[in-house]
Amino acid sequence: MTMPGNSAPAALHAPIDARDRPPSSVYGPVAWMRANLFNGWLSSGVTILFGYLIIRAAIGFVDWGFLNAIWTVPALPNGNPDPATCRAVRGTGACWAAVGDKWRFITFGRYPYDQQWRPGICIALFLSLYVMSAMRQFWRKELAFIWLGILTLIGVLMWGGVLGLRYVPQDEWGGLPITLILATFGLAFAFPLAVFVALGRRSTQMPAVKLICVLYVELIRGVPLVALLFMASVMLPLFLPSGMNIDKLLRAQIAIILFVGAYVAEVIRGGLQALPKGQAEAADALGLSYWQKTMRITLPQALRLVIPPLVNTFIGFFKDTSLVLIIGIFDLLTSGKTAMSDPTWQGSSTEIYIVMAIVYFGFCFAMSTYSRSVERKLDSAHNR
Amino acid sequence: MAEEAPAIVLDKVNKWYGTMHVLRDVTMNVAQKERVVVCGPSGSGKSTMIRCINRLEVHQEGRIVVDGTELTDDLRALDTIRREVGMVFQSFNLFPHLTILENCTLAPISVRKMPKAEAEELAMDFLRKVKIPEQAKKYPGQLSGGQQQRVAIARALCMKPKIMLFDEPTSALDPEMIKEVLDTMVSLADSGMTMVCVTHEMGFARMVADRVVFMDRGEIVESGTPTRMFEDPQTDRLKLFLSQILRGH
Repeated sequence: MTMPGNSAPAALHAPIDARDRPPSSVYGPVAWMRANLFNGWLSSGVTILFGYLIIRAAIGFVDWGFLNAIWTVPALPNGNPDPATCRAVRGTGACWAAVGDKWRFITFGRYPYDQQWRPGICIALFLSLYVMSAMRQFWRKELAFIWLGILTLIGVLMWGGVLGLRYVPQDEWGGLPITLILATFGLAFAFPLAVFVALGRRSTQMPAVKLICVLYVELIRGVPLVALLFMASVMLPLFLPSGMNIDKLLRAQIAIILFVGAYVAEVIRGGLQALPKGQAEAADALGLSYWQKTMRITLPQALRLVIPPLVNTFIGFFKDTSLVLIIGIFDLLTSGKTAMSDPTWQGSSTEIYIVMAIVYFGFCFAMSTYSRSVERKLDSAHNR
Repeated sequence: MAEEAPAIVLDKVNKWYGTMHVLRDVTMNVAQKERVVVCGPSGSGKSTMIRCINRLEVHQEGRIVVDGTELTDDLRALDTIRREVGMVFQSFNLFPHLTILENCTLAPISVRKMPKAEAEELAMDFLRKVKIPEQAKKYPGQLSGGQQQRVAIARALCMKPKIMLFDEPTSALDPEMIKEVLDTMVSLADSGMTMVCVTHEMGFARMVADRVVFMDRGEIVESGTPTRMFEDPQTDRLKLFLSQILRGH
């Protein structure tokens, strides 16, 4: 707390003198290692054992993944790659040539080969959308229109049928664009839904709304996502009139939105619950309406409180989109698994799994890094 | 007092929390420009009473009329009243995610639909009056308790209320900061504001109050001018209360 006219004597806050610094036996890397790694016989023993295991594993991985790895293979007379060299090193070296040959299938699934630049652009559009949304200077009303514009553009590119683009039906889409579509639309719709459900569940004035919100959350949370996806893909068509056919991807998308919405709603409700009651009372006493109070006072503070669990939910859900595999939607994981079943590259599933893990990790790690930086920024800005 | 309608009327107000009877037939009038100090032991219902005046708590029986408008379930009446009644809380309740200036301008802009520039000018005026205009760009967390409470007073005044309610405004403050807040309240009293103030600061009561109301166990036990109340308490309960708080000082 800074208080003009009431500050402590200057000497208290003066920088530490060089001679006052602790000696290297209690401060610095050597002291840290002694305190944390070699603190007694048992600790030293465990450190050495695990150090050995880690180094052994690292050496094994470098051997397999780099030194003995096959990066390219020659082509057969018929133009197909010749996997013979890969088969020769199986078990001792990685066959990255399989990934090199299959990466377009893994990324774009069964999308027509000559049209794959379209989903390629879509991926770039998604990424730029994420980057833009993450930057504070873009946090204004226009961002909503940018989202709308880019998502429309992505729809046009994926489907085609206009502007001279060839029409590509949805069941030919696949790979990373599907994962990004499910995740992005999932979040974009689940989040506002969740806000309303969280507010509704706390409503004291409207018991009917509250009941609906409670039922929604409890019903959805009580069912695994897999079951929800099955219902959306198998059961829902049975209930619809025969002529009506909702796109399979859309049905999965709705199931995911409903599922994530319930979880995010509970996270947001937790944040609202954690706010001191005085905040809402002060807003009431100033005469703010319910929506003014919610949008300006309680919700912004609640969301800030729940950034860590919110990001946790988002990350979990990003990976959960891969569950659409079981209803035959061609997301990144499905197309990766299909690529593994190619007889040419039999036995190269580890390599493909590793690449897919890196892609998933990249997105999730970016989310958690970003959330930590937002938390830090908000903390220092408000000095709480 | 006879020619002007009272600012606040409480008529046989009763309130229960579950089965606990927290306000018992509370009847009190506050005249325009009158300054009333409410005191009493903790749990006596004084905070509950003051919070009923702007309906942060809902009373179950009796009438409360504020500035000519009766408090009912009618939301429009409630909006009118909350616009005219400012409140200062024990725990300041500033909005930590908004700057000091934004704390002060939020309600005038969104409730009174005041243009932003005008609201900021008004806010700076009041921040100067509470003697902290230089903190306008900071966040509440960067201010001391006393400063925060003065901002809270300025924030309430920015709505240009006719009546100000203070709910133990100095109880959460360190002793050396109480004076700066009380000074602000004294100068507010001097400006002719109608004030109802729950406080244990008897010096403040002596200096500014037209009337002191003593509450105990949910009812008004005794009321009168500060001098009469402190020097010639009529009831045993007030005598006991005074002896207890005076021992503490």
